[in-house]
Amino acid sequence: MGQPAAHHIMARLILLLMLLLAFLAPASAQDAYLEALPGLAGGFGTQAEAVERLGASGDARALPVLRALSEGQLRKRDVTIILPGGADAATGQPADATGAETVRINNRVRAALRGALGRLQLVSANPDERLAAADSVFRSRSAENIAPLEAAIARETIARVRERQELALAASRLVAPDAQAKHQGIATLGSASSDEARALLLEARAANPELAPEIDGAVSAIDARLTFKRAGETLFQGLSLGSVLLLAALGLAITFGVMGVINMAHGEFVMLGAYTTFVVQEACRGIPWLLPWSLPLSVPAAFLVAGLAGALLERGLIRHLYGRPLETLLMTFGVGMILQQAVRLAFGAQNREVLSPAWMQGTLALPGGINITQNRLWVVVFSLLVLALTFAAIRLTRFGLEMRAVVQNRRTAATMGIRTGRVDALTFAFGSGLAGMAGVALSQIDNVSPNLGTGYIIDSFMVVVFGGVGSLIGTLVGAMGLGVLNKVIEPWAGAVLAKVAVLVLIMLFIQRRPRGLFALKGRAAEA
Amino acid sequence: MSDLAIAPAPRGIPARMLVRGTIIGAIGLLSLLPILNQLPEGNVLRISDFTIAVTGKWICYAVLALAIDLAWGYAGILSLGHGAFFALGGYAMGMHLMRLIGPRGVYGHPVLPDFMVFLGYRELPWYWLGFDHFSYAVLMAMLVPGALAFLVGWLSFRSRITGVYFSIITQAMTYALMLAFFRNDMGFGGNNGFTDFKELLGLPLNTQGARAGLFYAALALLAGSLLLCRHIVGTKLGRVLVAVRDAESRVRFLGYSVTAFKLFVFTLSAVLAGLAGALYVPLVGIINPGEFAPGNSIEAVIWVAVGGRGTLVGAIIGAFSVNAVKTWLTSFAPDLWLFVLGGLFVAVTLFLPRGLVGLFQGRTK
Repeated sequence: MGQPAAHHIMARLILLLMLLLAFLAPASAQDAYLEALPGLAGGFGTQAEAVERLGASGDARALPVLRALSEGQLRKRDVTIILPGGADAATGQPADATGAETVRINNRVRAALRGALGRLQLVSANPDERLAAADSVFRSRSAENIAPLEAAIARETIARVRERQELALAASRLVAPDAQAKHQGIATLGSASSDEARALLLEARAANPELAPEIDGAVSAIDARLTFKRAGETLFQGLSLGSVLLLAALGLAITFGVMGVINMAHGEFVMLGAYTTFVVQEACRGIPWLLPWSLPLSVPAAFLVAGLAGALLERGLIRHLYGRPLETLLMTFGVGMILQQAVRLAFGAQNREVLSPAWMQGTLALPGGINITQNRLWVVVFSLLVLALTFAAIRLTRFGLEMRAVVQNRRTAATMGIRTGRVDALTFAFGSGLAGMAGVALSQIDNVSPNLGTGYIIDSFMVVVFGGVGSLIGTLVGAMGLGVLNKVIEPWAGAVLAKVAVLVLIMLFIQRRPRGLFALKGRAAEA
Repeated sequence: MSDLAIAPAPRGIPARMLVRGTIIGAIGLLSLLPILNQLPEGNVLRISDFTIAVTGKWICYAVLALAIDLAWGYAGILSLGHGAFFALGGYAMGMHLMRLIGPRGVYGHPVLPDFMVFLGYRELPWYWLGFDHFSYAVLMAMLVPGALAFLVGWLSFRSRITGVYFSIITQAMTYALMLAFFRNDMGFGGNNGFTDFKELLGLPLNTQGARAGLFYAALALLAGSLLLCRHIVGTKLGRVLVAVRDAESRVRFLGYSVTAFKLFVFTLSAVLAGLAGALYVPLVGIINPGEFAPGNSIEAVIWVAVGGRGTLVGAIIGAFSVNAVKTWLTSFAPDLWLFVLGGLFVAVTLFLPRGLVGLFQGRTK
């Protein structure tokens, strides 16, 4: 008799255990969803309660239901809730929708919906949505968000989203009633580096005077990081502007600095380079696999187009005006005008769009929270490459040697068998080609329009004058120096006044060093 | 530069008399225009209001060209920023005209111009004080461009910044001013500038009488400037200026203070440009930061080059002829105008270094 009785008791125990398990396991959360769901079909009070419960459930299935409810797309038939697609919200199976009516809500339910949606989006399947939810929870500052946030963080797999969620958690802890949570919140926010975290801490400081010393420590830690971040970003922006100036000025350093020819059409050669980029891109549209590489292809194309234009200009016109710099200035200005108008008639006056290839898009996050846009980084790299190439061309090639010989002593060079006219044309073409390459880079960060070049020509001349005429190192230092100076002044003077201030500074600088930072010495200086 | 003649070397008295006669004749003819404007509608000889306005504008341009020629043609100072002096003079007069609008603005504020009411100003900025007086505005139209030219010239000439370097600096100057004047918080009306003027010296601006008055004032300014410039280049001062142009170092070594001479002529030239601008604004009825555009200054230089630099008369001829072509072309083939202007730059420098006047001089020689 004992045997069957013992068996019976075992069976009961197992049943009890299973019941307990059913209560404890995640299945209970699903039950919460299913339990709360019919409440949506009830009166407004019941609805609001159901919405709260659904929000607290942290169940991903609740999100489409609540969203449909807030958009007035949810229907009900008795206690069956029907989603916009016609599915039963409880089972996910297609539901019989005959005689279904739209679920109406009032303002009280709407208020509950906002909070619930924010919490539920934390567990949305879409990472962007989770990120946005974390940000909105961060701003809403409510201690009630702590539990859903903790749950979401435990489940989060993407570091970027988790980071934002942790900040939101810290912000919520800051307003929590218990001191332990507050300390945690302050510590986490103190390790962030954003203005928002700083503002939150200052707010908390006013509300909790007893925490002031701790909060002050956290704020000053943020300030130190923010200062570093700003300095880093300003420096990069300055270098980025400087590299643009360097590209535009390198060609001038050759034509103006080395040859002494003042070419006011230089900006238009830059513009020609940008339009070449546009044309190459359009030509590549027919060949899909080539399209991502249209930009690298544009570099030699722009060099050739602008270089050819430069050679034509030198041989056709400038050659007749050697030794008359003011006339050259006026003449080339006229040429620039004609080029601009020709491009305007050919391509239209509106901006042309040159796309960045995928590998140049996006931002790069450096340690310390410094964000760098990739295409600007590429421009910096490109400009340094072009500088290195120019340096090599002048120092290491036969052409460079002949060019320097002609600059130093034209007659001796001629007697040594150098065809000075040909060297002149090539040198000018080289400088103009560099302008064309600058145009390729500018097409990535500026509007491609017929007057693209006019915006850079004055600054480029300033770079050459500032750095020292005829010195490549001077051009590099001048360009980077002016770029950084511009961006350093900008925050407290505005972009326009920064430009004015830089121009004034250059004029004052020229007082002390009329020949620029890196003046040529010896005979060439007097030329 | 030295391949240019110092001045129209006159072969005996007739040539000189010819120039004088032509000038007096031209000014006489021009002064007839407002009278012909008074004729009744439909008369063959009647000159339209438009012609008066346009000619008045050209006369102001001619004064600007004269100012550039004095500095460039005689002292070899090629300023690519004279448009800035012209515009500064214009702004000074514009401020006076804005003050004269008084309570007739759209917002009806008794003191503040419309744009200040719009931007939320409570009172006039300090630099607007005094501009309710005509004489103060005229003084400022000379003083501000003059002071700026003096400062820029002093900084440049004393460190022997010459030639194209100086040209680039003046271009940067007008560029910087343009950027500055485009800003709303400068208190100069931002990119809209000043317009909707009502009256000047008690005369409503939209009447024939006011237009005639302004026209004669501009003509008087042109005649006066021409006399002054001709006088200057005829004196020893003018000879030194030409010497500076042709051999600056030599003049310096001979003991002349080149800086002082250049500074004098550059400042005087800026004052003339400022006065021209001050008359230009009531004539055209608007001034905005676009006047500072570097392109405007360089266009004015080409008037001088087309007419023939270092001749004074040539600057005036150039200003009139280029602007006549511009007015005609921009209404008839606007796309073509920039090609023509660009072509002028190329053609004049390459084929006609002595300008239109050079053509006639060549014939008399």
